[in-house]
Amino acid sequence: MTRPKPEDDEYWNSSKFSAFTFDDEDDEFTKMKESKRAVNSMLVDDDDDDDDVEKVSWSGEPIGSISWSVKETASSIRSSGEQSFPKIDITPSLPKQGSGYSLSSLFKGKQQVICCSGLAKVFSLERFRSLQEKLLLLDEAVSENDGNVITAVLIYLKKSLSKEILFRELMLREIALRHYVHYLKEMGEQKLLVELMKALGRTDDMALMQYKEHLNIKDEGQRRDFLKNCLSLPFSQDDAIHVQDHYTLLERQIIIEANDKRGDAEIFKKFPRKASILNMPIITTLYYSCFYHYGESDGTFSSPANIRKTFRISEKQYILTALGARAKLKSWFDVDSLFNTKNWLGYTKKRSPIGFHRVVDILQKNNAPVQVLQEYMNLIDDPELKLSLAQKYKCHDIVIDTYRDLKDRQQLIVYRGKVERGSKEDKKIEELLCNMQIRWKN
Amino acid sequence: MAHTGRRDAPELPDFSLLKRLARDQLIYLLEQLPGKKDLFIDADLMSLLDRIANVTTLKQHEVDKLYKVELKPIVSTSDQLCFLIRPRIQTVKWIADIVNSDKASGRFRRYKIIFTPQKFYACETVLEEQGVYGDVTTDEWAFYLLPLDDDIISLELPEFFRDNFLEGDQRWVTTAGSALRLVYSLYGPFSKVYGIGRCAKMVYESWRDQVEDGEQKARQPEIGNVFLIDRDVDFVTPLCSQVVYEGLVDDIFRIKCGSVEFGPEVTSSDKSLKVMVNSQDKVFNEIRNEHFSNVFGFLSQKARNLQTAYDKRRGMDIQQMKTFVSEELKGLKQEHRLLSLHIGASECIMKKKTKQDFQELLKTEHSLLEGFEVRECISFIEEHINRQVRQHKQSKTIVVDLLRTQRCRSSLCSYNLINRNISYGIEHLLTFANLKQIGLLVEQQPGETLTVMESKVGKLVNDKTAGKLTDAFSSLAKKSNFRALSKRLVLIPKSGEEYDLRVPRDMAYIFSGAYIPLSCKLIEQVLERDGWTGLEEVTRMLNGHEFAVTGGTNGTEARIKTDPQRIILVMFLGGCTYSEISALRFLGREKGYKFIVLTTAITNSARLLEALLDNHA
Repeated sequence: MTRPKPEDDEYWNSSKFSAFTFDDEDDEFTKMKESKRAVNSMLVDDDDDDDDVEKVSWSGEPIGSISWSVKETASSIRSSGEQSFPKIDITPSLPKQGSGYSLSSLFKGKQQVICCSGLAKVFSLERFRSLQEKLLLLDEAVSENDGNVITAVLIYLKKSLSKEILFRELMLREIALRHYVHYLKEMGEQKLLVELMKALGRTDDMALMQYKEHLNIKDEGQRRDFLKNCLSLPFSQDDAIHVQDHYTLLERQIIIEANDKRGDAEIFKKFPRKASILNMPIITTLYYSCFYHYGESDGTFSSPANIRKTFRISEKQYILTALGARAKLKSWFDVDSLFNTKNWLGYTKKRSPIGFHRVVDILQKNNAPVQVLQEYMNLIDDPELKLSLAQKYKCHDIVIDTYRDLKDRQQLIVYRGKVERGSKEDKKIEELLCNMQIRWKN
Repeated sequence: MAHTGRRDAPELPDFSLLKRLARDQLIYLLEQLPGKKDLFIDADLMSLLDRIANVTTLKQHEVDKLYKVELKPIVSTSDQLCFLIRPRIQTVKWIADIVNSDKASGRFRRYKIIFTPQKFYACETVLEEQGVYGDVTTDEWAFYLLPLDDDIISLELPEFFRDNFLEGDQRWVTTAGSALRLVYSLYGPFSKVYGIGRCAKMVYESWRDQVEDGEQKARQPEIGNVFLIDRDVDFVTPLCSQVVYEGLVDDIFRIKCGSVEFGPEVTSSDKSLKVMVNSQDKVFNEIRNEHFSNVFGFLSQKARNLQTAYDKRRGMDIQQMKTFVSEELKGLKQEHRLLSLHIGASECIMKKKTKQDFQELLKTEHSLLEGFEVRECISFIEEHINRQVRQHKQSKTIVVDLLRTQRCRSSLCSYNLINRNISYGIEHLLTFANLKQIGLLVEQQPGETLTVMESKVGKLVNDKTAGKLTDAFSSLAKKSNFRALSKRLVLIPKSGEEYDLRVPRDMAYIFSGAYIPLSCKLIEQVLERDGWTGLEEVTRMLNGHEFAVTGGTNGTEARIKTDPQRIILVMFLGGCTYSEISALRFLGREKGYKFIVLTTAITNSARLLEALLDNHA
């Protein structure tokens, strides 16, 4: 039953604790007791007998100690008292903090009930005047794991310590720091939060926090100006590109919106806009531009080519977006030219960065006529895929031709049952089946 | 449906007591403010309140008018205002504003805030700072546990997830400890507590501290063992698309506090219908845990049976008809109603899922889980992202949909996210920062080798998060861990083997046989081994924080598998999904356990990601 306590080892091995001994009436010891008492307002102040609590550390221990939990569960029961679930220690696995005050782990194992509402009433936090006392109080609160208590202490420290000192000490106390940041966020203390981030050297977080303010700005013009000011903030490299894009996009959307709101052009009368383009994502903006501003020269802000270039949109993304927009408008000619490429001999060939089966899907969803569908279906390389799509969308000619190319007489016979008797397709199958020149594989 | 499992599973305890306790306490609190009063209720407490009380109950205790908290100026003319709220600073500030504006206009009223489940010091400080401390009395309604079903209890605290795992705020630790303590004092004593996760450990400690005052009673326990698990031990499972009926209903229609609203497209009328989905619904109860592919067959069989039952009327004489009407017809009609509802829901699910290329999405998810064809998957996801954007207009839906498809690669493998802001909506830079923080998103710098990238990620995480929390996150960030974990725990069944979803052979059936949820597999393994022995490698990859402790009522008794020993309370800290509950129910049937799920909230992929969204001020 006498198992070494990691805290003890650490205590004896670490020079940080050299000023402290168990038996003396050390000042620090007394202070700590006080801070502890404040945190646990309902503390039962019995003997400081650490030994009557079994401490078991389950993490960072050799494997043997884990199996120990299974085999010797019975022996881990405290002999005194009825309650007998052992204490498990949370602190040892945490990295030791740089401050000399992280002694609180030594005081684990007391029987404590934390009553937060009692905290303020029973104990006056004002009794903790020296920095040392305040920090002990904080560390004790952290070691109790109750976020409510940690925040309570932090609120007191916020009132009674200068920013500089508090920030400096929080830097060494990650858990307390995160509580503080969350508290400031909830209180809406934006300015202080930014100062804190700056003091911690987390400049990119600080920049993000300032950038976040734009969400509160409703007016587009003001928002744009705010974003412009944000550009000089110390963002990380990726974030800086993002914010630059955000600014450029909004600036451009404002220009486009001013022109399009009037809706003079024919296209706006035919397809009235459902919403303004302001604050839409880039891809939506591109779609909008492919829908309303297709064919404009590269120089105009609203042209698809310009948007594509400015925001470095990949060919794939561009084709998908343009395809969707032009198909929606049933401009099959535009769809066609999206995929046309000329080789060096001047022949036109269809090429696509996305699979042609995807193209077919999109066209079909936009109710493309069968001829258009068939054209793209024929460009699908994989015959299996082509067949399944052709069957799904009832492109009989393609199914029939594919079976012919596969020399699959049996399937052709089966498929004949699916087309209307006496129809064009039926006749075509009939002809094929009678054609003696085809060497069927079955 | 025909599940063959062990039939000797023990009975579940009766949780309706929890509702009665909560109601009685609320009534007591309302009576603390005698006389007529107007009651303002936090929006997210309304459904919860519906489950335990009704307007009549409130009226009986002199509640005059009911309002929803909207953080706007109020119109009430009552002399007494009572606020029933979650402990949130914003709400308390709003109340302080009301009090101050009353003061300014010389109006005298009495104010009372009832915080549930507890008050926070920070909230009281707001009252103090705003100069209304003392003008407002405060109370706590310790309503921790809402039974959603025979085997599901929820704290209904969705913010637990974000507060604890993203913000690193431990404010709910004691709350969770108190919830456990309540279960313990009503249904305990427990004999063993297992757990994994930093929060789980803290909750255990908090609970232990709270019961330490010799609360133990010598009585027959109704719940024997407890398993505590942090949500961040397993992010993969809640992010997978659900394919079990109950999970699908939640994904598509959003089950709220155990009830769901079916729109006109389901009810095939012009009205929406709110129904409870739980074991009381006999039709639902039979299909809730089924893979969706079985549901249609089952429902049509059920419909045929119903027809036969109705047909019995033919050729009946008057007397027989009378008996039929009085004895059977009502039940049949009820069944009829439920049946048509669930058929409608299933059709609607089918329609919606076909529209979103669900089949391909699933295929992609499964391939990612297996680590196959990652390149193809990413290209699918990219296209999906693009196409989704054009289909929806609202940026919020877009982002949820997008992140949803995007999640697997982000959680499982590092990658280079091309032009991320192009599709997501520009303001989601902040959301991405959150995803990074919690470890769901790892960006790969182009041109850098993996090792460099990984060390970078490690640094990134260390810079930003606290103590052990970092390890949990960075573990997720390292792509190798999930792969190694799934190998060690055999989470991914061999591909190529037929998996008969009608006769599930393991918990993988909840994901079409493609993946056994990590969270549930851990629970299974620990219960089987009665601890973590032999799982050292696994816990190391999950960053430790595992524990298994025995209470000492009687050492020998704990070893005998008495009935209570086979009733296991699984507490999910940070939420659990309906799919996980289905998996545990399956495990229970197989092994003769009964699982009771105690969760901080029901979650799913959309909710999880919404919790991380940061596109509002």
